[in-house]
Amino acid sequence: MDSSSKLIVIGGSWGGIQASMKILQGLPADFSIPIVLVLHRLRNQEGSLQELFEKKLTLKAIEIDDKTPIESGHVYIAPANYHVLLEKDHTFSLDDSELENYSRPSIDVTFTSAADVFGKNTVAVLLSGASRDGSSGLKAIFEKRGMVIAQDPAEAEVATMPLAAINSIPGCSIMNVERIHAYLLSLHEH
Amino acid sequence: MKLENEELFEQEVEALIKEIHTQYGYDFSGYARASVYRRIKRFLGQKHLQSIEDLRKFLFTDSFFFENFLQEITVNVTEMFRDPTFYKSLRENVLPILSTYPFIKIWDAGCSTGEELFSLAILLEEEGLLGRSKIYATDINQKVLRQAKEGIFSASNMAGYTASYYAAGGKRDFADYYTSNYGNVKFNSSLIKNVVFYPHNLATDTSFNEFHLIVCRNVLIYFNRELQERVYRLFDESLVSLGYLALGKKETLSMSGISNSYDLVDKNNRIYRKTN
Repeated sequence: MDSSSKLIVIGGSWGGIQASMKILQGLPADFSIPIVLVLHRLRNQEGSLQELFEKKLTLKAIEIDDKTPIESGHVYIAPANYHVLLEKDHTFSLDDSELENYSRPSIDVTFTSAADVFGKNTVAVLLSGASRDGSSGLKAIFEKRGMVIAQDPAEAEVATMPLAAINSIPGCSIMNVERIHAYLLSLHEH
Repeated sequence: MKLENEELFEQEVEALIKEIHTQYGYDFSGYARASVYRRIKRFLGQKHLQSIEDLRKFLFTDSFFFENFLQEITVNVTEMFRDPTFYKSLRENVLPILSTYPFIKIWDAGCSTGEELFSLAILLEEEGLLGRSKIYATDINQKVLRQAKEGIFSASNMAGYTASYYAAGGKRDFADYYTSNYGNVKFNSSLIKNVVFYPHNLATDTSFNEFHLIVCRNVLIYFNRELQERVYRLFDESLVSLGYLALGKKETLSMSGISNSYDLVDKNNRIYRKTN
């Protein structure tokens, strides 16, 4: 694996759509790091998230198919009713096994998989949500020395999810969406 | 359970996969690794095992334990009328064409515990086609095949299944298809009187018949690209000219070598039709 290849993973639940939109809007079309977005939503919901992001982002928003390759310049959206796993050859594998934290897609599943495959080259962001999903995956990334960020609970629409992460990971960075956006932009390599 | 070293764990799993193939004949070498690693970690956790070494001891001395393992590694999470729009599309776009054949042969590949199978049978029944259809229901796992044959599902799922049935264009009272008993429901066995159940391993077995429709939803997501390619060729060999192939909502033929001989009949539901 190319050790320089990075990955950004973003997870959100209640309030996560708006927050992730603010973070991703304005990232350039040639943004050098692929982004994976896992948002909780209603089961069996059709792919309207992709349309929503497609309209508002400069980056290309794609709903993940099984074995879609992971490339820069894209935001990959987890489809409804599937977990998203990452393979060593930098493709996605989908999974329709049991719910995790009452969710499918589960943020923990994707974050844990990112920790295994991208290790310290992972940048993970956990946003607003009324769930405990995401913390243990964020911790796995932290333990591999990846960068872990929780949305400032004071700003989050529902603080439960970022708070759970902050409480379980002492080294977790806390930022509002504006700073998260600026931070991601600073990672972009021309 | 705490796995200190991911790399070591992965090496041990690779060795285990080889050993399982030798001892039991099941070949997992083409399974998507991200999923296999995750399923094995999950299984270790469930069984309170600390390492792959501990797992080995049980796997190779206890065939019942192995069957259990097999069921966990090959994901068997399924539901009736999953993705109602898929069943609606099958009803509206595919069954009218299939009804022009005097006799309809369908392969439900990876039928698991039978939820998909009974959903298909109900659809055929309501379109008046069940009597002249034969469904071949196959799975790698004999245990789930036995369950599928029983047609017994937990009553706690029925509210969700009923909603999906109507969303899929269901025409009757869903409760007419089953009888309730002790927290379970049993689906009418008349629905599967033309179903042949038998074990088939997509990773190693060959084509065994010709079909007008192959339904294989969310099975190939657990395979790597090479094994997927093998299975797509197997399906291609097993479909009649102008036959249909139904995949899961997020599975695509587009990366496969056979994609040129298939038209996408329904893009959102990934129903393909062989063109030659």
